[in-house]
Amino acid sequence: MAAPQTPVVLELRDLRKSFGKTEIVRGVSLKAHAGERIAVIGPNGAGKSTLFNLVSGLCAPNSGVVELNGHRIEGKRPFEINRLGLSRSFQISNLFPRLSVFENLRCAVLWSMGYQYSFLRLLGGLTDANRRAAEVMAQIHLQRRRDVLAMDLAYAEQRALELGITIAGGAHAILLDEPTAGMNRLEARHFVELIKRVSAGKTLLVVEHDMHVVFDLADRIAVLVQGELLAFDAPDAVRANRAVQQAYLGSATASELIVRPRP
Amino acid sequence: MNKLLLAGLSWQPWLGFALLLLTAPLILSSSLSHTLLCQIGIAIIICLSYNILLGQGGMLSFGHAIYPGIGSFVAIYALRQAASGAALPISLIPLAGGFAGLLLALPLAWVATRRSGTTFAMISLGVGELVWATALLFPQFFGGEGGVSGDRAVGAQSFGIGFGPQLVLYYLIALYTFVCTALMFAFTRTPLGRMLNAVRDNAQRAEFVGYDPRQVRYRAFLIAAFFAGIAGGLSALNFEIVTTEVFSGYRSAAYLLFTFLGGTAFFAGPIIGAIAMVLASVVLSGLTRAWLLYVGLVFVCMVMLAPGGIAALIAANLRVVRGGRCAPLIGLYGGLLLTSLLALAGAAALVEMVYHRQLDAALGSQLQFLGWALDTASAWSWWSAAALMITGAGLFEPLRRLFVQRWDLIQRAIQHDARDAQSDVRDGGVR
Repeated sequence: MAAPQTPVVLELRDLRKSFGKTEIVRGVSLKAHAGERIAVIGPNGAGKSTLFNLVSGLCAPNSGVVELNGHRIEGKRPFEINRLGLSRSFQISNLFPRLSVFENLRCAVLWSMGYQYSFLRLLGGLTDANRRAAEVMAQIHLQRRRDVLAMDLAYAEQRALELGITIAGGAHAILLDEPTAGMNRLEARHFVELIKRVSAGKTLLVVEHDMHVVFDLADRIAVLVQGELLAFDAPDAVRANRAVQQAYLGSATASELIVRPRP
Repeated sequence: MNKLLLAGLSWQPWLGFALLLLTAPLILSSSLSHTLLCQIGIAIIICLSYNILLGQGGMLSFGHAIYPGIGSFVAIYALRQAASGAALPISLIPLAGGFAGLLLALPLAWVATRRSGTTFAMISLGVGELVWATALLFPQFFGGEGGVSGDRAVGAQSFGIGFGPQLVLYYLIALYTFVCTALMFAFTRTPLGRMLNAVRDNAQRAEFVGYDPRQVRYRAFLIAAFFAGIAGGLSALNFEIVTTEVFSGYRSAAYLLFTFLGGTAFFAGPIIGAIAMVLASVVLSGLTRAWLLYVGLVFVCMVMLAPGGIAALIAANLRVVRGGRCAPLIGLYGGLLLTSLLALAGAAALVEMVYHRQLDAALGSQLQFLGWALDTASAWSWWSAAALMITGAGLFEPLRRLFVQRWDLIQRAIQHDARDAQSDVRDGGVR
C-alpha cells in the first residue's frame, strides 16, 4: 500500500540522536499523512521511545529535521510543539496525581481553548472548557470517577486518563507510547477500540509491543531496528518483508506474530 | 479533601468570616487584643500569599519576608509623604506596598522560578539574604538600626476618616484582609491557579498540554508578592516604624513554619497558621523567654505526628464525625489530652528552670511556674518535674498507639462506606 493521498502532517528527515558515544537514532526519515495511523515497532532498545521524545520536544536531536504542518519543530520546547498541535502520551502514566480526574482533563484543554495564563476568569465560568473536559471524561468512561484524585485511580483507569489528557486538547497529531502496556489481552482490545474512537480523523503514531494491537490499529507500520528505519509500509508488506523477519528472529513470539498476526 | 475545598464556594463561610472580622474587636475589646487582631489580619494575608507558593505551587521559599518587607518600606515613605502634605489617601498606602512587592519580584522571581524543588529553595534563600544584607548597606534609605518612622494620624484624611485610633486602623486592616483573602481564594479557581497545581504535581506533563511551567510559577509568584506587599504596607501603618528586621531570615522562617503548621493543602490552613503565629510571637513571647523553643518543639511534633498541619487534622476529624464514627475516639481524645498536658507541664517546668538558672540566676533560685513554686537549687523540683514529664509521656504513648489503631480501623470503615455508596449508585444507574 502506498502512502495516502492526504497532506503530510508530520515529517522526519534524517533525524539523529546520540547519548554520549552511542547513537540511538541513526538517520530516521518518514512522513505521516493526515488521518493515518502508524505503528512504530521494533525490538527493545531500537530507539522507539527516543524517537517520540525527539518529535515531542522532550529532548533535542543532534541533527535532522522535524516538520509539523510545515513548521520546523526540532529542538523546540514541548509546550511550543504542543501549541502547534502535537500531543503525546507516556508509557508510564504521567498525570497530575493530586488533581481529580475532571481537573486533569480540564488542565489538558485550557491552553488549546485560549485561556492561557488567565487569572481574571473563574474556571467555573469556562463553559466550553468544562464541556470539553466532561465530553472526554465520558469518552474514556471515567464519569463516575470524576472527583477521584488521579493517584487514587486503578491502573487501567490511569491509562485511560493518560489517553484522555493526550487527546483532550484537540491536537491533530498524536503520539502514543505503549498505550496498552501492562494490560491483559481483553483490556488491550477494548482499549484499542477506545483509541480508534478518540483519535478518529487524527494522525496517530503508536509505539507498541503487542502485535495484536499493532495489526488491529495500524494503516502502516514503521519497523525500527538499532535506530534505523528497516521498513515502513502497509502491514501485509511488512509481514512479508524478509529483512523484518530476520530482525525479529530470536524473538519467537514476535516473529510468530509477524507471520501469523491473528489467532 | 477536594470536597472540603469546594465547600468554600458557598457564601456562608464568607459571611461568617466577615462577621468575625467585624465583631472580633467588639468582643475582645482590650487594647492588647486590638493590637493582636491587627497583626493577625496582616499575618493572614502574608501566610495566604506564602501558601500560593508553598501549597498551591510546590515552591518552598526561604525568603518570603522580603516582599512584605519592601512593601513596608515603600508604605512608610508614602506615609511620610502624606504627612508632609502630599495628596495620598492613607487607606490606599497598602496598595503602594503591594506594587512595591510586585516590582521587587519582577526580577527576583524570574531568577527563582526557573526550577522548582531544591534549586528554587536555595535561590529563594540566597535572594532573601541578599536583600536583607543590601538593606543593611543603605542606612540612608532603610534607616539602619533605628529604622524609618512615620505617623498615620497626620496628613490628608480619606473620606474624613483619620486612622490614628487603633480601632479605626483595625477596620481598615480587616477590610484589606477580607478582600485579599477573597481574591486569593478566587485565584485558586482561575486557569492560572489550577495550572499552578498542575505544575506543582507534574511540571513535565504541564509542558505537554501547552504550558511553560516557569511562566506559570513566575506569574503566580508575582501575585503572591503583590499580596505580601499589601500586608507589608498594612504593617507599616500599624507599627508606624519599619526597620531592616522586616527582611530578616527569621521572618521568612516564621512564615514558612506557621503556614506549614496551619496546613498547606487547605486554603484556610494558612489562616489558622497566621493566628498561631501572632499568638506565639506576641502572647507566648510575653509569657516566657523560652517561647522559640516551644514553637520549635511544637513544629517538630507536628511534622512527625500530623504532617498535614492543623487544617488536615480538623478535616480528618470532621470526616470521622460526619461518618458517625467519633464515639470510640472521644474517650481516647480525653486521655491523650490529659497525658500530653501532664508531659508538657513537666517538660515546660524543666525548660523554665533551665532558662531561669542560666539567664535569671541573679534573681535567686526561686521561680513560679503555673502557680507551682519551683526552686532550681532543690533536687526535689528537678525530680518532680522530670517525673511528671516521664509519667505523662509514658501514659501518652500506649494511648497514642491504641488511638492510631482505632483511627486506621475507622478510616477503613469510612472508605468502605463510601465505596458501598458509590456501587449503590452504579447499580442503580445500570438497572
